[in-house]
Amino acid sequence: MGSIIPNHIKKIFKFKIKESEINVDEKAFLQCPQCRSMIYQKDIDKNFGICPECEHHFRISNKEWENILLDEENRTKLFEEYKADNILKFPGYNDKLKSLKRKDINEAISIIEAKINGIKVLVGIMNAEYIMASMGAVVGERITLMFEKGAKENLPVIIITRSGGARMQEGIISLMQMVKTSASIKRFSDSGNLYTAVLTNPTTGGVTASFAMLGDIIIAEPEALIGFAGPRVIQQTIKQTLPKGFQRSEFLVEKGFVDLIIKRNNLKSKLTEILKIHNYK
Amino acid sequence: MKENDLIKKLLIINEKAKKRGINITKEIFNLEKKIGIAGSVKRYNRKKTKDAWDHVKLARKLERPKPQHFIDALITNRIELHGDRYFKDDKTIYGGVGYFDDIPVTFIGTRKGKDLKENQLYNFGMPNPEGYRKSLRLVKQAEKFKRPVLFFVDTPGAYPGIASEEHGISEAIARNLFEFSAIKTPMISIITGEGGSGGAIALSVAEKIIMMENSFLSVISPEGCASILFKDASKAPLSAKSLRLTAEELKKQNVIDDLILEEVGLHIDRKDGFDKLEISIRKNLKEIMSLTSDELIERRYKKYRQIGV
Repeated sequence: MGSIIPNHIKKIFKFKIKESEINVDEKAFLQCPQCRSMIYQKDIDKNFGICPECEHHFRISNKEWENILLDEENRTKLFEEYKADNILKFPGYNDKLKSLKRKDINEAISIIEAKINGIKVLVGIMNAEYIMASMGAVVGERITLMFEKGAKENLPVIIITRSGGARMQEGIISLMQMVKTSASIKRFSDSGNLYTAVLTNPTTGGVTASFAMLGDIIIAEPEALIGFAGPRVIQQTIKQTLPKGFQRSEFLVEKGFVDLIIKRNNLKSKLTEILKIHNYK
Repeated sequence: MKENDLIKKLLIINEKAKKRGINITKEIFNLEKKIGIAGSVKRYNRKKTKDAWDHVKLARKLERPKPQHFIDALITNRIELHGDRYFKDDKTIYGGVGYFDDIPVTFIGTRKGKDLKENQLYNFGMPNPEGYRKSLRLVKQAEKFKRPVLFFVDTPGAYPGIASEEHGISEAIARNLFEFSAIKTPMISIITGEGGSGGAIALSVAEKIIMMENSFLSVISPEGCASILFKDASKAPLSAKSLRLTAEELKKQNVIDDLILEEVGLHIDRKDGFDKLEISIRKNLKEIMSLTSDELIERRYKKYRQIGV
Protein backbone atom coordinates (compact mmCIF):
# COMPACT_ATOMS: atom_id res chain seq x y z
CA MET A 1 0.00 0.00 0.00
CA GLY A 2 1.54 3.30 -1.06
CA SER A 3 1.47 6.06 1.52
CA ILE A 4 -0.26 9.26 0.61
CA ILE A 5 1.54 12.06 2.42
CA PRO A 6 0.44 15.51 1.38
CA ASN A 7 3.23 17.65 0.00
CA HIS A 8 3.01 20.30 2.70
CA ILE A 9 3.73 17.68 5.34
CA LYS A 10 6.61 16.24 3.34
CA LYS A 11 8.04 19.73 3.12
CA ILE A 12 7.84 20.24 6.84
CA PHE A 13 9.81 17.09 7.47
CA LYS A 14 12.36 17.74 4.78
CA PHE A 15 13.30 21.19 5.89
CA LYS A 16 12.82 21.24 9.63
CA ILE A 17 14.05 17.81 10.65
CA LYS A 18 17.04 15.97 9.34
CA GLU A 19 16.15 12.45 8.30
CA SER A 20 19.04 11.03 10.30
CA GLU A 21 17.63 12.52 13.50
CA ILE A 22 14.12 11.14 13.40
CA ASN A 23 14.31 8.58 10.60
CA VAL A 24 11.21 9.68 8.82
CA ASP A 25 10.44 7.40 5.97
CA GLU A 26 7.56 7.48 3.54
CA LYS A 27 5.80 4.78 5.48
CA ALA A 28 5.76 6.58 8.82
CA PHE A 29 2.43 8.26 8.17
CA LEU A 30 -0.66 7.19 6.32
CA GLN A 31 -3.71 9.10 5.35
CA CYS A 32 -6.82 7.11 6.09
CA PRO A 33 -8.77 6.87 2.81
CA GLN A 34 -12.02 7.03 4.76
CA CYS A 35 -11.68 9.77 7.37
CA ARG A 36 -8.72 11.51 5.73
CA SER A 37 -6.83 11.90 9.00
CA MET A 38 -3.08 11.47 9.05
CA ILE A 39 -2.20 8.53 11.20
CA TYR A 40 1.09 7.24 12.50
CA GLN A 41 1.68 3.87 10.82
CA LYS A 42 2.70 2.29 14.12
CA ASP A 43 -0.65 3.21 15.66
CA ILE A 44 -2.39 1.40 12.84
CA ASP A 45 -0.11 -1.63 13.19
CA LYS A 46 -0.76 -1.81 16.92
CA ASN A 47 -4.49 -1.60 16.27
CA PHE A 48 -4.84 -4.69 13.98
CA GLY A 49 -4.50 -2.50 10.89
CA ILE A 50 -7.61 -0.56 11.89
CA CYS A 51 -7.74 3.24 11.74
CA PRO A 52 -7.90 4.47 15.37
CA GLU A 53 -10.04 7.43 14.26
CA CYS A 54 -12.77 5.85 12.14
CA GLU A 55 -12.20 2.07 12.32
CA HIS A 56 -11.43 1.79 8.62
CA HIS A 57 -9.86 -1.63 8.04
CA PHE A 58 -6.59 -1.25 6.14
CA ARG A 59 -5.27 -4.05 4.00
CA ILE A 60 -2.66 -5.95 6.02
CA SER A 61 0.03 -8.42 5.03
CA ASN A 62 -0.25 -12.18 5.34
CA LYS A 63 2.27 -12.13 8.19
CA GLU A 64 0.06 -9.66 10.09
CA TRP A 65 -2.97 -11.85 9.49
CA GLU A 66 -1.13 -14.84 10.89
CA ASN A 67 -0.20 -12.87 14.00
CA ILE A 68 -3.71 -11.60 14.51
CA LEU A 69 -5.39 -15.00 14.10
CA LEU A 70 -3.03 -17.77 15.07
CA ASP A 71 -1.30 -18.93 18.20
CA GLU A 72 2.43 -18.37 18.00
CA GLU A 73 3.61 -21.95 18.34
CA ASN A 74 3.37 -24.71 15.76
CA ARG A 75 2.47 -22.88 12.61
CA THR A 76 3.20 -25.05 9.59
CA LYS A 77 2.86 -23.83 6.03
CA LEU A 78 1.44 -26.51 3.75
CA PHE A 79 1.57 -27.28 0.02
CA GLU A 80 4.23 -24.64 -0.66
CA GLU A 81 5.82 -26.91 -3.26
CA TYR A 82 3.12 -26.04 -5.79
CA LYS A 83 4.29 -23.10 -7.87
CA ALA A 84 2.69 -21.11 -10.69
CA ASP A 85 3.66 -21.93 -14.24
CA ASN A 86 2.84 -20.14 -17.48
CA ILE A 87 0.84 -23.06 -18.83
CA LEU A 88 -0.76 -21.10 -21.68
CA LYS A 89 2.40 -19.12 -22.49
CA PHE A 90 0.33 -16.01 -21.87
CA PRO A 91 2.09 -12.81 -22.97
CA GLY A 92 3.76 -10.97 -20.08
CA TYR A 93 2.94 -13.63 -17.49
CA ASN A 94 6.49 -15.02 -17.28
CA ASP A 95 7.89 -11.60 -16.39
CA LYS A 96 5.20 -11.08 -13.80
CA LEU A 97 5.95 -14.44 -12.16
CA LYS A 98 9.68 -13.73 -12.21
CA SER A 99 9.32 -10.35 -10.54
CA LEU A 100 7.16 -11.90 -7.82
CA LYS A 101 9.71 -14.64 -7.30
CA ARG A 102 12.30 -11.99 -6.55
CA LYS A 103 9.96 -10.52 -3.94
CA ASP A 104 9.82 -13.97 -2.39
CA ILE A 105 6.04 -14.22 -2.32
CA ASN A 106 4.86 -17.75 -2.77
CA GLU A 107 1.54 -17.53 -4.66
CA ALA A 108 -1.76 -15.86 -3.91
CA ILE A 109 -2.75 -18.03 -0.96
CA SER A 110 -0.84 -19.61 1.87
CA ILE A 111 -2.25 -22.57 3.73
CA ILE A 112 -1.25 -22.92 7.37
CA GLU A 113 -1.89 -25.65 9.89
CA ALA A 114 -1.97 -23.94 13.26
CA LYS A 115 -3.95 -23.38 16.41
CA ILE A 116 -6.46 -20.71 17.37
CA ASN A 117 -6.56 -20.45 21.16
CA GLY A 118 -5.42 -24.05 21.32
CA ILE A 119 -7.86 -25.41 18.71
CA LYS A 120 -6.24 -27.04 15.70
CA VAL A 121 -7.32 -25.49 12.38
CA LEU A 122 -6.41 -25.23 8.72
CA VAL A 123 -6.27 -21.63 7.58
CA GLY A 124 -5.97 -20.21 4.08
CA ILE A 125 -4.89 -16.58 3.79
CA MET A 126 -5.06 -14.96 0.37
CA ASN A 127 -2.20 -12.66 -0.50
CA ALA A 128 -3.24 -9.44 -2.20
CA GLU A 129 0.33 -8.65 -3.21
CA TYR A 130 0.36 -11.61 -5.59
CA ILE A 131 -1.48 -10.66 -8.83
CA MET A 132 -4.44 -9.28 -6.85
CA ALA A 133 -4.71 -12.62 -5.04
CA SER A 134 -6.24 -14.04 -8.18
CA MET A 135 -7.08 -17.74 -8.38
CA GLY A 136 -5.10 -19.83 -10.81
CA ALA A 137 -4.04 -23.47 -10.78
CA VAL A 138 -1.92 -23.22 -7.62
CA VAL A 139 -4.54 -21.41 -5.53
CA GLY A 140 -7.17 -23.94 -6.65
CA GLU A 141 -4.90 -26.87 -5.91
CA ARG A 142 -3.85 -25.64 -2.46
CA ILE A 143 -7.45 -24.90 -1.43
CA THR A 144 -8.60 -28.30 -2.68
CA LEU A 145 -5.77 -30.06 -0.84
CA MET A 146 -6.67 -28.14 2.33
CA PHE A 147 -10.32 -29.25 2.19
CA GLU A 148 -9.32 -32.83 1.39
CA LYS A 149 -6.95 -32.84 4.36
CA GLY A 150 -9.58 -31.24 6.58
CA ALA A 151 -12.16 -33.89 5.64
CA LYS A 152 -9.68 -36.69 6.28
CA GLU A 153 -8.36 -35.41 9.60
CA ASN A 154 -11.57 -33.75 10.82
CA LEU A 155 -10.07 -30.30 11.00
CA PRO A 156 -12.09 -27.09 10.64
CA VAL A 157 -11.15 -24.79 7.76
CA ILE A 158 -11.02 -21.00 7.74
CA ILE A 159 -10.25 -18.91 4.66
CA ILE A 160 -9.44 -15.21 4.71
CA THR A 161 -10.54 -14.16 1.23
CA ARG A 162 -9.51 -11.14 -0.80
CA SER A 163 -9.20 -11.48 -4.52
CA GLY A 164 -9.76 -9.93 -7.90
CA GLY A 165 -11.24 -13.23 -9.07
CA ALA A 166 -10.00 -15.92 -11.42
CA ARG A 167 -6.54 -15.33 -12.90
CA MET A 168 -6.86 -14.34 -16.54
CA GLN A 169 -3.35 -15.42 -17.46
CA GLU A 170 -4.19 -19.05 -16.80
CA GLY A 171 -7.35 -18.97 -18.92
CA ILE A 172 -9.65 -21.95 -18.69
CA ILE A 173 -7.50 -23.56 -15.99
CA SER A 174 -8.39 -20.70 -13.63
CA LEU A 175 -12.07 -20.93 -14.49
CA MET A 176 -12.09 -24.65 -13.73
CA GLN A 177 -10.60 -24.02 -10.28
CA MET A 178 -14.02 -22.60 -9.34
CA VAL A 179 -15.51 -26.04 -9.94
CA LYS A 180 -12.61 -27.88 -8.37
CA THR A 181 -12.62 -25.91 -5.11
CA SER A 182 -16.43 -25.99 -4.83
CA ALA A 183 -16.46 -29.77 -5.37
CA SER A 184 -13.87 -30.24 -2.63
CA ILE A 185 -15.96 -28.09 -0.27
CA LYS A 186 -18.97 -30.30 -1.01
CA ARG A 187 -16.99 -33.37 0.07
CA PHE A 188 -15.63 -31.54 3.10
CA SER A 189 -19.13 -30.44 4.01
CA ASP A 190 -20.43 -34.02 3.70
CA SER A 191 -17.71 -35.10 6.14
CA GLY A 192 -19.49 -32.99 8.77
CA ASN A 193 -16.76 -30.41 9.23
CA LEU A 194 -16.97 -26.66 9.62
CA TYR A 195 -15.82 -24.17 7.01
CA THR A 196 -15.81 -20.49 7.96
CA ALA A 197 -15.21 -17.91 5.25
CA VAL A 198 -13.92 -14.50 6.30
CA LEU A 199 -14.44 -12.03 3.48
CA THR A 200 -12.17 -9.00 3.38
CA ASN A 201 -11.79 -6.06 1.05
CA PRO A 202 -12.06 -6.74 -1.88
CA THR A 203 -13.52 -10.16 -2.66
CA THR A 204 -14.82 -10.34 -6.21
CA GLY A 205 -15.36 -12.42 -9.35
CA GLY A 206 -14.74 -16.14 -9.51
CA VAL A 207 -13.56 -16.29 -5.92
CA THR A 208 -16.82 -14.86 -4.57
CA ALA A 209 -18.75 -17.11 -6.97
CA SER A 210 -17.08 -20.22 -5.60
CA PHE A 211 -15.45 -20.87 -2.23
CA ALA A 212 -16.11 -17.43 -0.65
CA MET A 213 -19.89 -17.95 -0.76
CA LEU A 214 -19.80 -21.58 0.40
CA GLY A 215 -18.90 -21.16 4.07
CA ASP A 216 -21.14 -22.80 6.66
CA ILE A 217 -20.66 -19.47 8.35
CA ILE A 218 -19.74 -16.39 6.37
CA ILE A 219 -18.10 -13.50 8.18
CA ALA A 220 -17.17 -10.18 6.60
CA GLU A 221 -14.98 -7.31 7.70
CA PRO A 222 -16.75 -3.95 7.95
CA GLU A 223 -17.30 -2.16 4.63
CA ALA A 224 -15.47 -4.72 2.52
CA LEU A 225 -16.32 -4.75 -1.17
CA ILE A 226 -17.88 -8.14 -1.92
CA GLY A 227 -19.45 -8.99 -5.24
CA PHE A 228 -19.36 -10.91 -8.48
CA ALA A 229 -19.09 -8.19 -11.11
CA GLY A 230 -16.97 -5.18 -10.21
CA PRO A 231 -18.85 -1.91 -9.59
CA ARG A 232 -17.33 -0.34 -12.71
CA VAL A 233 -18.52 -3.16 -14.95
CA ILE A 234 -22.04 -2.90 -13.51
CA GLN A 235 -22.06 0.85 -13.95
CA GLN A 236 -20.97 0.52 -17.57
CA THR A 237 -23.61 -2.11 -18.24
CA ILE A 238 -26.64 -0.43 -16.69
CA LYS A 239 -25.50 3.18 -17.12
CA GLN A 240 -26.91 4.26 -13.76
CA THR A 241 -25.17 5.37 -10.60
CA LEU A 242 -24.97 2.63 -8.05
CA PRO A 243 -26.77 2.99 -4.70
CA LYS A 244 -24.68 4.03 -1.72
CA GLY A 245 -23.09 1.13 0.10
CA PHE A 246 -23.75 -1.22 -2.84
CA GLN A 247 -21.77 -4.47 -2.61
CA ARG A 248 -20.38 -3.60 0.82
CA SER A 249 -20.47 -6.05 3.75
CA GLU A 250 -23.40 -4.29 5.42
CA PHE A 251 -25.37 -4.51 2.15
CA LEU A 252 -24.67 -8.25 1.93
CA VAL A 253 -25.88 -8.82 5.50
CA GLU A 254 -29.06 -6.95 4.70
CA LYS A 255 -29.60 -8.97 1.52
CA GLY A 256 -28.99 -12.21 3.38
CA PHE A 257 -25.65 -13.38 2.03
CA VAL A 258 -23.35 -12.78 5.00
CA ASP A 259 -23.93 -13.98 8.57
CA LEU A 260 -21.86 -11.56 10.60
CA ILE A 261 -19.70 -8.49 10.36
CA ILE A 262 -16.79 -8.77 12.76
CA LYS A 263 -14.12 -6.17 13.37
CA ARG A 264 -10.61 -7.50 12.99
CA ASN A 265 -9.72 -6.96 16.64
CA ASN A 266 -12.59 -9.26 17.68
CA LEU A 267 -12.10 -11.87 14.98
CA LYS A 268 -9.91 -14.33 16.88
CA SER A 269 -12.20 -14.51 19.89
CA LYS A 270 -15.31 -14.80 17.70
CA LEU A 271 -13.74 -17.58 15.65
CA THR A 272 -12.82 -19.37 18.87
CA GLU A 273 -16.44 -19.24 20.02
CA ILE A 274 -17.62 -20.53 16.66
CA LEU A 275 -15.10 -23.39 16.68
CA LYS A 276 -16.07 -24.35 20.23
CA ILE A 277 -19.80 -24.44 19.58
CA HIS A 278 -19.03 -26.87 16.74
CA ASN A 279 -17.21 -29.14 19.22
CA TYR A 280 -13.68 -28.51 18.06
CA LYS A 281 -11.28 -28.64 20.98
CA MET B 1 -34.88 -19.40 -52.78
CA LYS B 2 -32.72 -16.87 -50.93
CA GLU B 3 -29.16 -16.26 -52.04
CA ASN B 4 -27.84 -17.49 -48.71
CA ASP B 5 -29.69 -20.77 -49.06
CA LEU B 6 -28.25 -21.26 -52.53
CA ILE B 7 -24.70 -20.69 -51.31
CA LYS B 8 -25.36 -23.05 -48.45
CA LYS B 9 -26.55 -25.79 -50.80
CA LEU B 10 -23.53 -25.29 -53.04
CA LEU B 11 -21.17 -25.41 -50.06
CA ILE B 12 -22.71 -28.66 -48.89
CA ILE B 13 -22.50 -30.21 -52.36
CA ASN B 14 -18.90 -29.08 -52.64
CA GLU B 15 -17.96 -30.58 -49.25
CA LYS B 16 -19.66 -33.87 -50.02
CA ALA B 17 -17.91 -34.13 -53.39
CA LYS B 18 -14.58 -33.36 -51.73
CA LYS B 19 -15.10 -36.16 -49.24
CA ARG B 20 -15.60 -38.59 -52.12
CA GLY B 21 -12.48 -37.27 -53.79
CA ILE B 22 -14.27 -35.56 -56.67
CA ASN B 23 -13.29 -32.07 -57.77
CA ILE B 24 -16.35 -30.10 -58.88
CA THR B 25 -14.92 -26.61 -58.46
CA LYS B 26 -15.45 -25.78 -62.14
CA GLU B 27 -19.04 -27.01 -62.18
CA ILE B 28 -19.83 -25.03 -59.06
CA PHE B 29 -18.31 -21.91 -60.52
CA ASN B 30 -20.40 -22.32 -63.68
CA LEU B 31 -23.54 -22.72 -61.61
CA GLU B 32 -22.68 -19.67 -59.55
CA LYS B 33 -22.15 -17.64 -62.71
CA LYS B 34 -25.52 -18.67 -64.07
CA ILE B 35 -27.32 -17.44 -60.96
CA GLY B 36 -25.17 -14.36 -60.51
CA ILE B 37 -23.24 -15.25 -57.34
CA ALA B 38 -19.93 -16.15 -58.93
CA GLY B 39 -17.07 -16.96 -56.55
CA SER B 40 -19.12 -17.29 -53.34
CA VAL B 41 -17.97 -20.80 -52.46
CA LYS B 42 -14.36 -19.95 -53.22
CA ARG B 43 -14.57 -16.84 -51.05
CA TYR B 44 -16.00 -18.86 -48.23
CA ASN B 45 -13.31 -21.50 -48.45
CA ARG B 46 -10.52 -18.95 -48.57
CA LYS B 47 -11.62 -17.76 -45.12
CA LYS B 48 -11.56 -21.28 -43.79
CA THR B 49 -8.38 -21.08 -41.73
CA LYS B 50 -9.87 -19.34 -38.77
CA ASP B 51 -8.06 -17.78 -35.84
CA ALA B 52 -9.40 -17.60 -32.29
CA TRP B 53 -11.09 -14.26 -32.92
CA ASP B 54 -12.93 -15.64 -35.97
CA HIS B 55 -14.31 -18.40 -33.78
CA VAL B 56 -15.43 -15.85 -31.20
CA LYS B 57 -17.19 -13.81 -33.87
CA LEU B 58 -18.89 -16.88 -35.31
CA ALA B 59 -19.95 -18.01 -31.84
CA ARG B 60 -21.71 -14.67 -31.36
CA LYS B 61 -23.24 -14.47 -34.83
CA LEU B 62 -26.90 -13.47 -34.66
CA GLU B 63 -27.85 -16.05 -37.31
CA ARG B 64 -26.22 -18.84 -35.37
CA PRO B 65 -28.75 -21.26 -33.85
CA LYS B 66 -29.16 -20.68 -30.14
CA PRO B 67 -29.57 -23.30 -27.38
CA GLN B 68 -33.35 -23.16 -27.76
CA HIS B 69 -32.98 -24.27 -31.39
CA PHE B 70 -30.67 -27.10 -30.40
CA ILE B 71 -33.15 -28.20 -27.76
CA ASP B 72 -36.12 -27.98 -30.12
CA ALA B 73 -34.21 -30.00 -32.73
CA LEU B 74 -32.83 -32.72 -30.48
CA ILE B 75 -35.43 -33.17 -27.76
CA THR B 76 -38.99 -34.25 -28.47
CA ASN B 77 -42.24 -33.99 -26.50
CA ARG B 78 -40.85 -31.12 -24.45
CA ILE B 79 -42.62 -29.76 -21.39
CA GLU B 80 -41.14 -26.45 -20.30
CA LEU B 81 -40.98 -25.88 -16.55
CA HIS B 82 -40.81 -22.49 -14.91
CA GLY B 83 -39.55 -20.76 -11.81
CA ASP B 84 -36.98 -21.11 -9.06
CA ARG B 85 -39.66 -21.59 -6.35
CA TYR B 86 -38.16 -18.71 -4.36
CA PHE B 87 -38.58 -15.48 -6.25
CA LYS B 88 -39.38 -15.61 -9.95
CA ASP B 89 -38.97 -17.23 -13.33
CA ASP B 90 -35.86 -16.13 -15.20
CA LYS B 91 -36.79 -16.31 -18.87
CA THR B 92 -33.14 -16.48 -19.89
CA ILE B 93 -33.02 -20.06 -18.68
CA TYR B 94 -35.07 -22.47 -20.79
CA GLY B 95 -35.59 -25.65 -18.84
CA GLY B 96 -37.86 -28.65 -18.74
CA VAL B 97 -38.29 -32.30 -19.57
CA GLY B 98 -38.53 -34.21 -22.82
CA TYR B 99 -37.15 -37.16 -24.70
CA PHE B 100 -33.77 -37.67 -26.28
CA ASP B 101 -34.32 -40.71 -28.52
CA ASP B 102 -36.66 -42.55 -26.17
CA ILE B 103 -34.84 -41.55 -22.98
CA PRO B 104 -36.59 -39.06 -20.67
CA VAL B 105 -34.16 -36.20 -20.00
CA THR B 106 -34.05 -32.84 -18.26
CA PHE B 107 -32.87 -30.07 -20.55
CA ILE B 108 -31.50 -26.71 -19.44
CA GLY B 109 -30.42 -24.07 -21.92
CA THR B 110 -29.76 -20.36 -22.09
CA ARG B 111 -31.97 -18.20 -24.28
CA LYS B 112 -30.58 -15.34 -26.29
CA GLY B 113 -33.19 -14.50 -28.89
CA LYS B 114 -32.92 -13.91 -32.61
CA ASP B 115 -33.61 -10.18 -32.83
CA LEU B 116 -33.35 -7.10 -30.64
CA LYS B 117 -36.82 -7.53 -29.16
CA GLU B 118 -36.09 -11.11 -28.14
CA ASN B 119 -32.58 -10.16 -27.04
CA GLN B 120 -34.11 -7.72 -24.55
CA LEU B 121 -36.71 -10.23 -23.39
CA TYR B 122 -33.94 -12.75 -22.68
CA ASN B 123 -31.49 -10.20 -21.31
CA PHE B 124 -29.01 -10.93 -24.12
CA GLY B 125 -28.45 -14.40 -22.74
CA MET B 126 -27.27 -13.25 -19.33
CA PRO B 127 -29.03 -15.14 -16.52
CA ASN B 128 -29.91 -13.64 -13.16
CA PRO B 129 -29.52 -15.60 -9.90
CA GLU B 130 -33.09 -16.86 -10.27
CA GLY B 131 -32.10 -18.57 -13.51
CA TYR B 132 -29.28 -20.48 -11.85
CA ARG B 133 -31.56 -21.41 -8.96
CA LYS B 134 -34.15 -22.66 -11.46
CA SER B 135 -31.45 -24.80 -13.07
CA LEU B 136 -30.50 -26.21 -9.67
CA ARG B 137 -34.14 -27.07 -8.95
CA LEU B 138 -34.47 -28.87 -12.28
CA VAL B 139 -31.21 -30.77 -11.81
CA LYS B 140 -32.31 -31.92 -8.34
CA GLN B 141 -35.60 -33.00 -9.89
CA ALA B 142 -33.71 -34.95 -12.56
CA GLU B 143 -31.69 -36.63 -9.82
CA LYS B 144 -34.86 -37.67 -8.01
CA PHE B 145 -36.37 -39.20 -11.12
CA LYS B 146 -33.05 -40.61 -12.28
CA ARG B 147 -33.00 -38.98 -15.68
CA PRO B 148 -29.93 -37.51 -17.36
CA VAL B 149 -29.42 -33.75 -17.64
CA LEU B 150 -28.42 -32.02 -20.86
CA PHE B 151 -27.14 -28.43 -20.61
CA PHE B 152 -26.98 -26.22 -23.70
CA VAL B 153 -24.87 -23.15 -23.03
CA ASP B 154 -24.54 -19.91 -24.97
CA THR B 155 -24.11 -16.94 -22.64
CA PRO B 156 -21.82 -13.90 -22.43
CA GLY B 157 -21.92 -14.49 -18.66
CA ALA B 158 -24.07 -13.94 -15.61
CA TYR B 159 -25.83 -10.57 -15.61
CA PRO B 160 -23.79 -7.73 -14.08
CA GLY B 161 -26.65 -5.67 -12.65
CA ILE B 162 -27.88 -4.27 -9.35
CA ALA B 163 -30.68 -6.77 -8.75
CA SER B 164 -28.42 -9.61 -9.80
CA GLU B 165 -25.92 -8.70 -7.06
CA GLU B 166 -28.70 -7.99 -4.55
CA HIS B 167 -30.13 -11.45 -5.10
CA GLY B 168 -26.74 -13.09 -4.73
CA ILE B 169 -25.45 -13.99 -8.18
CA SER B 170 -22.18 -15.16 -6.59
CA GLU B 171 -24.01 -17.42 -4.18
CA ALA B 172 -26.22 -18.82 -6.96
CA ILE B 173 -23.24 -19.72 -9.13
CA ALA B 174 -21.24 -21.13 -6.21
CA ARG B 175 -24.24 -23.18 -5.07
CA ASN B 176 -24.59 -24.74 -8.52
CA LEU B 177 -20.92 -25.72 -8.60
CA PHE B 178 -21.17 -27.14 -5.08
CA GLU B 179 -24.36 -29.14 -5.65
CA PHE B 180 -23.75 -30.25 -9.23
CA SER B 181 -20.42 -31.80 -8.23
CA ALA B 182 -22.29 -34.53 -6.36
CA ILE B 183 -25.53 -35.02 -8.31
CA LYS B 184 -26.36 -38.70 -8.70
CA THR B 185 -27.49 -38.58 -12.29
CA PRO B 186 -25.56 -38.37 -15.58
CA MET B 187 -24.91 -34.87 -16.87
CA ILE B 188 -23.66 -33.61 -20.22
CA SER B 189 -22.94 -29.98 -21.00
CA ILE B 190 -22.87 -28.71 -24.57
CA ILE B 191 -21.32 -25.32 -25.31
CA THR B 192 -23.08 -24.13 -28.45
CA GLY B 193 -21.77 -20.56 -28.71
CA GLU B 194 -20.39 -18.22 -26.09
CA GLY B 195 -19.14 -19.78 -22.87
CA GLY B 196 -18.70 -16.67 -20.77
CA SER B 197 -16.89 -17.16 -17.48
CA GLY B 198 -18.61 -18.13 -14.21
CA GLY B 199 -22.02 -17.70 -15.76
CA ALA B 200 -21.26 -20.48 -18.23
CA ILE B 201 -19.31 -22.74 -15.91
CA ALA B 202 -22.29 -22.78 -13.51
CA LEU B 203 -24.06 -24.81 -16.23
CA SER B 204 -21.04 -26.88 -17.22
CA VAL B 205 -20.37 -29.17 -14.28
CA ALA B 206 -20.84 -32.51 -16.02
CA GLU B 207 -19.23 -35.84 -16.83
CA LYS B 208 -18.92 -34.81 -20.44
CA ILE B 209 -18.40 -31.41 -21.96
CA ILE B 210 -19.08 -31.21 -25.68
CA MET B 211 -18.25 -28.09 -27.69
CA MET B 212 -19.29 -27.02 -31.16
CA GLU B 213 -16.33 -26.02 -33.30
CA ASN B 214 -17.28 -22.35 -33.38
CA SER B 215 -17.93 -21.98 -29.69
CA PHE B 216 -15.62 -20.87 -26.91
CA LEU B 217 -15.27 -21.13 -23.17
CA SER B 218 -13.29 -18.49 -21.36
CA VAL B 219 -12.42 -17.12 -17.94
CA ILE B 220 -13.19 -13.60 -19.22
CA SER B 221 -14.43 -12.07 -22.47
CA PRO B 222 -11.59 -11.30 -24.90
CA GLU B 223 -12.60 -7.63 -24.75
CA GLY B 224 -12.52 -7.57 -20.95
CA CYS B 225 -9.15 -9.26 -20.87
CA ALA B 226 -7.74 -6.86 -23.47
CA SER B 227 -8.84 -3.78 -21.59
CA ILE B 228 -7.56 -5.03 -18.24
CA LEU B 229 -4.29 -6.72 -19.20
CA PHE B 230 -3.34 -4.98 -22.43
CA LYS B 231 -5.00 -1.67 -21.48
CA ASP B 232 -6.59 -1.57 -24.92
CA ALA B 233 -9.99 -3.08 -25.74
CA SER B 234 -9.11 -3.22 -29.44
CA LYS B 235 -6.58 -5.94 -28.64
CA ALA B 236 -9.43 -8.42 -28.17
CA PRO B 237 -8.18 -10.64 -31.05
CA LEU B 238 -4.81 -10.96 -29.31
CA SER B 239 -6.42 -11.83 -25.98
CA ALA B 240 -8.72 -14.35 -27.71
CA LYS B 241 -5.61 -16.07 -29.00
CA SER B 242 -3.73 -15.82 -25.69
CA LEU B 243 -6.63 -17.14 -23.61
CA ARG B 244 -6.74 -20.32 -25.76
CA LEU B 245 -10.49 -20.33 -25.54
CA THR B 246 -11.50 -22.17 -28.73
CA ALA B 247 -13.00 -25.64 -28.71
CA GLU B 248 -9.95 -26.98 -30.48
CA GLU B 249 -7.54 -25.51 -27.91
CA LEU B 250 -9.67 -26.75 -25.02
CA LYS B 251 -9.74 -30.24 -26.49
CA LYS B 252 -5.93 -30.11 -26.66
CA GLN B 253 -5.84 -29.02 -23.01
CA ASN B 254 -8.05 -32.02 -22.15
CA VAL B 255 -10.70 -29.80 -20.62
CA ILE B 256 -13.48 -30.97 -22.92
CA ASP B 257 -14.44 -34.42 -24.14
CA ASP B 258 -15.87 -33.96 -27.60
CA LEU B 259 -15.47 -31.41 -30.35
CA ILE B 260 -18.18 -31.25 -33.02
CA LEU B 261 -16.82 -29.99 -36.32
CA GLU B 262 -18.94 -27.56 -38.28
CA GLU B 263 -18.41 -27.97 -41.96
CA VAL B 264 -19.63 -24.60 -43.16
CA GLY B 265 -20.66 -23.03 -39.88
CA LEU B 266 -23.98 -23.45 -38.11
CA HIS B 267 -25.21 -20.07 -39.33
CA ILE B 268 -25.27 -21.57 -42.85
CA ASP B 269 -26.00 -25.21 -42.18
CA ARG B 270 -27.43 -25.96 -38.77
CA LYS B 271 -28.76 -29.40 -39.61
CA ASP B 272 -25.28 -30.77 -40.18
CA GLY B 273 -24.24 -29.60 -36.69
CA PHE B 274 -27.41 -30.89 -35.02
CA ASP B 275 -26.98 -34.32 -36.63
CA LYS B 276 -23.38 -34.68 -35.54
CA LEU B 277 -24.16 -33.45 -32.05
CA GLU B 278 -27.01 -35.93 -31.77
CA ILE B 279 -24.61 -38.79 -32.51
CA SER B 280 -22.12 -37.49 -29.95
CA ILE B 281 -24.77 -37.09 -27.23
CA ARG B 282 -26.08 -40.59 -27.95
CA LYS B 283 -22.60 -42.09 -27.66
CA ASN B 284 -21.72 -40.17 -24.49
CA LEU B 285 -25.06 -40.82 -22.81
CA LYS B 286 -24.73 -44.52 -23.45
CA GLU B 287 -21.32 -44.50 -21.82
CA ILE B 288 -22.23 -42.56 -18.67
CA MET B 289 -25.68 -44.09 -18.18
CA SER B 290 -24.03 -47.45 -17.62
CA LEU B 291 -22.24 -46.11 -14.52
CA THR B 292 -23.53 -46.36 -10.95
CA SER B 293 -24.24 -43.08 -9.17
CA ASP B 294 -21.09 -43.48 -7.05
CA GLU B 295 -19.01 -44.01 -10.16
CA LEU B 296 -20.58 -40.96 -11.76
CA ILE B 297 -19.78 -38.70 -8.84
CA GLU B 298 -16.26 -40.06 -8.56
CA ARG B 299 -15.66 -39.53 -12.24
CA ARG B 300 -17.03 -35.98 -12.14
CA TYR B 301 -14.88 -35.12 -9.13
CA LYS B 302 -11.75 -36.48 -10.77
CA LYS B 303 -12.48 -34.73 -14.04
CA TYR B 304 -12.17 -31.30 -12.39
CA ARG B 305 -9.72 -32.40 -9.70
CA GLN B 306 -7.02 -33.09 -12.26
CA ILE B 307 -7.29 -29.73 -14.04
CA GLY B 308 -4.46 -27.48 -12.91
CA VAL B 309 -1.04 -28.28 -11.50
